[in-house]
Amino acid sequence: MIRLSSADTPTTDAADEAVETVTDERREALLARITEVLGDAVVQSHIRPGDDLWVRVTREAWADVADASRNRLGLRFFDFLSAIDWLPSPFGRDMDAQEDLDADAAAAEPAPIVTGYAGGDTRFQLLARVFDVDEHIGVTFKADLPDEDLSAPTWTRTFLGAEWHERETWEMFGISFTGNANLAHLYLPGAFEGNPLRKDFPLLARRVKPWPGIVDVEPMPGAGDEGDSDEGGAS
Amino acid sequence: MTVTDSQKMAYVAAQAADARVNLQFETEDGMTLNMGPQHPATHGTLRIVAQLDGEQVVRCEPIPGYMHRGYEKLCEVRTYPQVTTLINRIDWLGSFANEVPFILAAEKLMDVEAPPRAQVIRTILFELSRLGNISLFLGDLGIQLGGITIGFYAFRDREFVLNQIEAATGGRFHPNFDRIGGLKDDLPKGWIAETHRAMDRMRRLCDEFEELVLGNEIFQARTRGIGVIPADIATSYGMSGANLRATGVDWDLRRDACPPGLSYDLADWKVWTHPDGDSYARTWVRLQEVRESTHIVDQLLDSIPAGPIMAKVPRIIKVPEGEAWVATENPLGEMGYYVVSKGDLVPFRVKIRSASFNNISVVPWVTRGVFVPDVITIMASLYFILGDIDR
Repeated sequence: MIRLSSADTPTTDAADEAVETVTDERREALLARITEVLGDAVVQSHIRPGDDLWVRVTREAWADVADASRNRLGLRFFDFLSAIDWLPSPFGRDMDAQEDLDADAAAAEPAPIVTGYAGGDTRFQLLARVFDVDEHIGVTFKADLPDEDLSAPTWTRTFLGAEWHERETWEMFGISFTGNANLAHLYLPGAFEGNPLRKDFPLLARRVKPWPGIVDVEPMPGAGDEGDSDEGGAS
Repeated sequence: MTVTDSQKMAYVAAQAADARVNLQFETEDGMTLNMGPQHPATHGTLRIVAQLDGEQVVRCEPIPGYMHRGYEKLCEVRTYPQVTTLINRIDWLGSFANEVPFILAAEKLMDVEAPPRAQVIRTILFELSRLGNISLFLGDLGIQLGGITIGFYAFRDREFVLNQIEAATGGRFHPNFDRIGGLKDDLPKGWIAETHRAMDRMRRLCDEFEELVLGNEIFQARTRGIGVIPADIATSYGMSGANLRATGVDWDLRRDACPPGLSYDLADWKVWTHPDGDSYARTWVRLQEVRESTHIVDQLLDSIPAGPIMAKVPRIIKVPEGEAWVATENPLGEMGYYVVSKGDLVPFRVKIRSASFNNISVVPWVTRGVFVPDVITIMASLYFILGDIDR
């Protein structure tokens, strides 16, 4: 029997009334199963009731996490894989005009690294999300990466789609994935130097031109005679 | 002037992905076929390099990056309201739908909820951008297969949808209309009746497409059993949207994991799946999706509640510290934003998960061994927008 269409969409179901407790229990149960399957690999976890589940795992178990997710936990759907650089931007508030930045010395002071949900001890963290298309529940996995060795086991053995995501993470953050044979540039040109999504990579457009780009404003044709010459000449 | 070996090597390296792929694909026998970045049969500037053995593809690899705009980096220097201007340009045929998940993520972090009226109108506009997007798919698929007529039909009828989006938001392609806590403006007078008429036009386009293309013998021969992707492979690659439903996986974020802030539960509609997983199935599922979408819009138009259009939000928006992941069922598939906030005016990190990126990464797998003309049908039926791959 081939089913072409789903059953009628449920009208506002019971989840609405009990969203706080029910979904929370579901995520607690999923977390318990993850802890059972992965054992010591789970470092820390965080649940926001009715919203999402974060699990931080060890870097060594990174490949096992993918395998366990897909084959044992039912989290079959590969959502994305990326990374976070928790270093506070050394350039301070990049959105401000550079003149203001120079005047505001406090912005240049380095701030301590503060990591997000499920904690973290390192500057770089891997970030990946898998989803269960039957139970409609997802998990965000994180893993710490020590600065001196930015590498992790590849996910491509389990999730074929991870290849492009790992290539992107590799070029954007400089994190390499052992076992991914095809770590080549995806977006950037081959001779590109640096890892653009690292916080210490300057956004050159902002460095060379003050925001919000007052020099963009050119005098109207003919308006130059009216005495705007010193503003126009500044650029 | 002599050129040293190291200079030559530097030049080769500077040829970027081009050099890498060309060298890899250079073979003794067989030939390498370059499609794009300016080939008329590709959308946008996606480049496809295929290694051929006679008429069959031995290996085929899409090469994105010609339009990479670095939105994830740019988002880190834009305030939250400014970000929507950028992300409008990700999937430029369904722009409004790009804004919604980001705004919902910001709302989630701020613990703000849009008033019911804004939620319903937001959902209607979301569906209108889906219609604008997928109707072009229907036309484009015909064009790729050599049937130009349906292309004109699609462009003609899409105007009615775009007119409605323009009437409500002021922008045909880039509305930039969604706000944290609601919408920029209320609907103009007479908009509801006009939109009902546009929905009729869209349903007629669907019928025309079904008669003109879907039942066509050539179309069936070119799509049935071509580019088959099983469900296992689809989930492993993270394919989403109609591409995933065409493999038999019954999963739609609008129904199964609808984030708060959209009101799909007010409408009665169905999620269609197809068991085949081939180019035909993907087309068929999208066609049904357009029909369902018109029904959603029709129902929601009749149930817009009265009330304010904006919740109370501070004039200068600072988003509290936290992390949020919000994904919605966009025209192309699942689009999500992972937003990390440090309690600042600007997001600390935004990871954009766009649908086409995952949907197109399956191409090397699915094109292995197919004939050259089928590469075009498969690419067209997978349906991507280049801005959605390159971001």
